[in-house]
Amino acid sequence: MSLLEVAGLRIAAGARDIVRDLSFSVAEGETLALVGESGSGKSATARAVIGLLPPGLRHAGGRIALAGQDLSALPPATLRALRGPGMGMVFQEPMTSLNPAQRIGAQMAEGLALHTTLDAAARKRACIAMLERVGITDPERRLLAYPHEFSGGMRQRIMLASVMLLRPRLLIADEPTTALDTLTQAEVLALMKELAREQGSSILLITHDLGLVSRHADRALVMQSGQAVEEGPAAPLLAAPRHAYTRALVAALPRRGPARVIPPAPPLIEARSLSVAYPGRGGWFRRAAPMPAVQSVSLSIHPGEVVALVGGSGSGKTTLGRAMLRLLPASGGSLLFGGQDVTARSGPALLDFRLACQIVFQDPYSSLDPRMRVRDIVAEPLRLPAGMAPADRLARAEAMLAEVGLAGLGDRFPHALSGGQRQRVAIARALVRNPAFVVADEAVSALDATVRQQVIALLRDQQRKRGFACLFVTHDLGVVEEIADRVVVMQHGRIVEEGPRDQVLDAPAHDYTRALLAASVRLQG
Amino acid sequence: MKRLRLNLVIGGTLMGAVLALAVLALAWTPYDPVRTNLRRRLRPPSAEYWLGTDEFGRDVASRLMAGAVTSLGVAAATVLVALAIGIAIGLASGFLRGWVDRVLGAVNDTLLAFPGILLALGLLAVIGPSRSGIVLALGLAYAPTVARVVRGSVLSIREREFVEASRALGNSEGYTLLRHVLPHTAAPVIVLATSLFGWVILSESALSFLGLGVPPPAATWGNMLASARPFMAEAPLLSIAPGALIAMCLLGVNLLGDALRDLLDPRDGA
Repeated sequence: MSLLEVAGLRIAAGARDIVRDLSFSVAEGETLALVGESGSGKSATARAVIGLLPPGLRHAGGRIALAGQDLSALPPATLRALRGPGMGMVFQEPMTSLNPAQRIGAQMAEGLALHTTLDAAARKRACIAMLERVGITDPERRLLAYPHEFSGGMRQRIMLASVMLLRPRLLIADEPTTALDTLTQAEVLALMKELAREQGSSILLITHDLGLVSRHADRALVMQSGQAVEEGPAAPLLAAPRHAYTRALVAALPRRGPARVIPPAPPLIEARSLSVAYPGRGGWFRRAAPMPAVQSVSLSIHPGEVVALVGGSGSGKTTLGRAMLRLLPASGGSLLFGGQDVTARSGPALLDFRLACQIVFQDPYSSLDPRMRVRDIVAEPLRLPAGMAPADRLARAEAMLAEVGLAGLGDRFPHALSGGQRQRVAIARALVRNPAFVVADEAVSALDATVRQQVIALLRDQQRKRGFACLFVTHDLGVVEEIADRVVVMQHGRIVEEGPRDQVLDAPAHDYTRALLAASVRLQG
Repeated sequence: MKRLRLNLVIGGTLMGAVLALAVLALAWTPYDPVRTNLRRRLRPPSAEYWLGTDEFGRDVASRLMAGAVTSLGVAAATVLVALAIGIAIGLASGFLRGWVDRVLGAVNDTLLAFPGILLALGLLAVIGPSRSGIVLALGLAYAPTVARVVRGSVLSIREREFVEASRALGNSEGYTLLRHVLPHTAAPVIVLATSLFGWVILSESALSFLGLGVPPPAATWGNMLASARPFMAEAPLLSIAPGALIAMCLLGVNLLGDALRDLLDPRDGA
């Protein structure tokens, strides 16, 4: 018999249905993946199952049954008693799902106090055992720590530990690893599967990542705008998708492009033993020790070349990207642009460098000024160098918008655009002045798979057409495969491996690179 | 959207009425608002004196109209002074950080430790009571509050990536500050400015009460309210009339401020 049975589920937001006529079941010990992009209704479905729909969403019809018991018919108190031992939930963002003002131990023991008859000492023992199980060292002392003292991956382990303490029959995991880097992602998911197997729990995994589905799910249900479009055992479904949407999702997975030959030329931009340190938190009269983020890195990028800078969180890759644009000051070494030292330039002397270099940020929600119209955002770079008439600037901006596929949207404000459209605006702003060098800082990491594919294609086409050199900072090896000519791997603020794309990906020399490759889930097709 | 319209309509009507009263007073009042007539003290409202007369036999309606000019003028000027000083300090300390922020912050915190009215009293004792003295004193007294609010929003905005993007474009710090940071402080500043407007009208009346307000015989709503206090039992209208006008004006300014803030937000304007 199946553990969870959902039949004819309908979820409404006001008068609009965001999930329609959805039916599925999860068997004992099975992992079912709900797959879809933003707005497909997959998260709302998960919330409806555990009875925690956010305000504004309504469970408008259909049956949800856990072990034969209809949840919608239960009084709230009985339903609350079911949460925890019946079903537990792990959220996407461990930063916000743990209470920052409470110690880890207190938060973990909360569920045990509520749902079991254990006394305080037994609860503490259970917490320590569980923390040890999820791989937290020195668990007894760590019980007294606060969430901010842990890294994202550790927090997600703790979240998982506190949910699994109650041995739930169904574990709902809503994008549990989206906020983590590749290595941590693989570890946390493996741990989740292990714990579920030990306790005999079923998993309802909500994700947009087909790679995760192929590696971790038994069955998959693909959702598009609130409806199921395809369902079946995970491996065959991904190998031979029947529905057009599933095919589009699978097609959006990164594929390796042909290797290019970059004509030899003197480097365009070159970091020589570049170091960057963040100043410590000082007070009125003391200066704290600076925190080194990039240590004596040498990297040169040639005209027209796409270099991928790869590493996990905290590897210093983003810092290096910013330092190469002089957005962060170097604490040592030098930066050469076109053979000239620009390390110490400032003000007007730096302007030539600024005009030649641009950046595309990861989060298009925060990188566009929300009070400016899209046309004005794209026209702004043309203010410099002075001399272009305002009307010409606007005309050029419109042309650029059309080139990135946003013709006619110049009047909009950023909030009226989708994530992918915003990133196109950010790209248009970066390219409108025809830069020689562009840093793309995780430029596609925040986007849905199909949108990501389109934005990568746009970037690649523009790169081919305009011939700028590009430093692509990313933790996603799929993107690397798609677009990079050369790969540079960073760990702990240093470059550990560097070479042509095919060589680094196919025959990695460094252990860290091998670990990154092993952790990045790819469809074998 | 509906609420916005209502804010705009009610706020606009109230402020419009008060402003019209002030503009009219510049050209015409029923009687000379400062001429005393001791034989006609504390008259009740009549066809001759619409709102009666005060303890010196001056026409209350005329004084209210003349008071509107003074009170609104003083309040508006004071708020502008407070905003000008406060925004400049707040932008500087939030955007430049470092020792500038430390020094300005320390001075600002010290000033914030005094109640605004006490600070204004001290300043007035030095400057001496006059219309411009009051504007300057109250403006300085309320500037630290503005600076605090502006600094806070600048601190959060300067970390947003569009500010970094502006630097990457080669824009100067000044341009970045004015084009990308300053506009985002508008919402909290507008809300603060409208409540400041209310505080200033009240503070001015408190200063008048202590004899440090706009010097007599000029009428302000504050000093009318203050001097009406001993006659509360015999002539309640003497306190009710200016009190009602102050209340109306505050309500109007606040509603209008809310409407303005919503109008300036691109999320609602689009």
